Amino acid sequence: MSYSALLFQLVQNAMVLLAAPLLLGWINQCRAILQNRSGAGVLQPFRNLIKLFHKDAILAYNASLLFRATPYILFACMWLAAALIPVLATDLPLSPVVDVIALVGIFALARVFISLAAMDIGTAFGSMGARREMLVGFLAEPALLMVLFTASTISQSTSLITIVEALAQKQFVLYPSMTFAAVAFIMVLLAENARVPVDNPATHLELTMIHEAMILEYSARHLALIEWASALKLLAFMTLGIALFLPWGIAENGDWAALPIALLLVFMKLLIGGAGLALLETLTAKMRIFRVPEFMGTAFLLAVLGLLTHFLLEVPA
Amino acid sequence: MNIPLTAQIINMCASLLLLIAFAMLSQRRILSLINLFALQGLVLSISTAVVAYSSNQSHLYYSAGLTLLLKVLLLPWILHQLIRRLNVKWDVETMFNIPTVMLIGLVLVIFSFNLAAPISQMAGTITKSTLGIAIASVLLSFLMMITRSKAVPQVVGFLAMENGLFFAATSATYGMPMVVELGIALDVLVGMFILGIFFFQIRVAFDSLDLKHMEKLKED
Repeated sequence: MSYSALLFQLVQNAMVLLAAPLLLGWINQCRAILQNRSGAGVLQPFRNLIKLFHKDAILAYNASLLFRATPYILFACMWLAAALIPVLATDLPLSPVVDVIALVGIFALARVFISLAAMDIGTAFGSMGARREMLVGFLAEPALLMVLFTASTISQSTSLITIVEALAQKQFVLYPSMTFAAVAFIMVLLAENARVPVDNPATHLELTMIHEAMILEYSARHLALIEWASALKLLAFMTLGIALFLPWGIAENGDWAALPIALLLVFMKLLIGGAGLALLETLTAKMRIFRVPEFMGTAFLLAVLGLLTHFLLEVPA
Repeated sequence: MNIPLTAQIINMCASLLLLIAFAMLSQRRILSLINLFALQGLVLSISTAVVAYSSNQSHLYYSAGLTLLLKVLLLPWILHQLIRRLNVKWDVETMFNIPTVMLIGLVLVIFSFNLAAPISQMAGTITKSTLGIAIASVLLSFLMMITRSKAVPQVVGFLAMENGLFFAATSATYGMPMVVELGIALDVLVGMFILGIFFFQIRVAFDSLDLKHMEKLKED
């Protein structure tokens, strides 16, 4: 491992930390514009985080160690996940540690902890949110895995770096299977990040909450870490989507000259992706919780179809 | 993988057709269903034009144009007029269980992929691998006709099935002779008019477009 690669990993780690709230702010700003509001500005998530970090934390009497540890675990998981995804360059020293299956595992670990912490205090809303989160999670996970398997069968590896290199370096090839995978991935992204058709991130109505219901008991720095972790998770999913479906322009192994262009391209892709997400969220209505299994079932089905069309159309007979 | 770009575009169109077939299967709103049908016609006409370009079959350009005219513009326009006059524009079907239907659809896709595999090995066309998808979209439209109880979605399913057959013809043998295609186009158009008249008759007789009423032989 060279020092430059190490340096690069550190830069990416720092960058995702800063980029995640910015992306969230951008999406919220786009939503505000689309809904004819003036919006709070792109920097609002930072202001929220600073405000929360300056407050004193309040804990319930019966909060256990688990409740206090969970924000840190969650933050660490999401930071790791976001730092692992090769989006700027394929030369990341941390990336070979984890393949796509382990990446899904990291998300699952975070989900287990947040659900346990939500049930730790024993309030009704917390456990309700935890159960709903588990429902959405266990339906989203196989769909996400199938999407990743489609990419894996194309590149014949489960390592993220190999997948991205295989997809980015080959001459331009239209993969029909990846269209299915992309649609399924967008559905999983919406469900996993508690975005509008599945959950409303801005809701104040407890009965319809999923993600928000779980973190009702958190305050101050704990809440700040959890919100930051959610932003990181959104960034991780967006960059994963970019890495899988739009990997062009990534700086290849050790090519430092290509880095500024790669940075600019990723920035543009995130801007467009964020605006697209905001548009999608504005156009769709939140669905009832009982419709969510149907939604996620469709995502899984599309992912399976992607795999099938790969074997039909893309494997030379 | 060294597939020529035109074949890639055709494969892409084929998978889009499959995607649209599933979207139609799961779509509850009649208006969106008709828009999806128009989109299916558009993708079909693009893929036909690409096949025509890559295989130098000039008659396929005509059928692409015919598809565009008939299935993207005329038929959806007629359907829009119909649902506006029948006042079912915002109708929503809630009868069937979508995940089950989708799973059956998945089984149908696997079945038709297997069915098409030996045929496409024998075919020499550039589009041979898309035959499985063509058969799948025929079967999926058929499934859609079976699962729907209202009249308009059933007709849309019928038209979508014709789209699938057309795609199968292009992918297996570079399309049918022009006379046959013109005949089919005319048949579809006339069928659409007749079915449109039927809609009004059904509604006059049963006060609704739900075909469940037609299962009874006598009035209670």
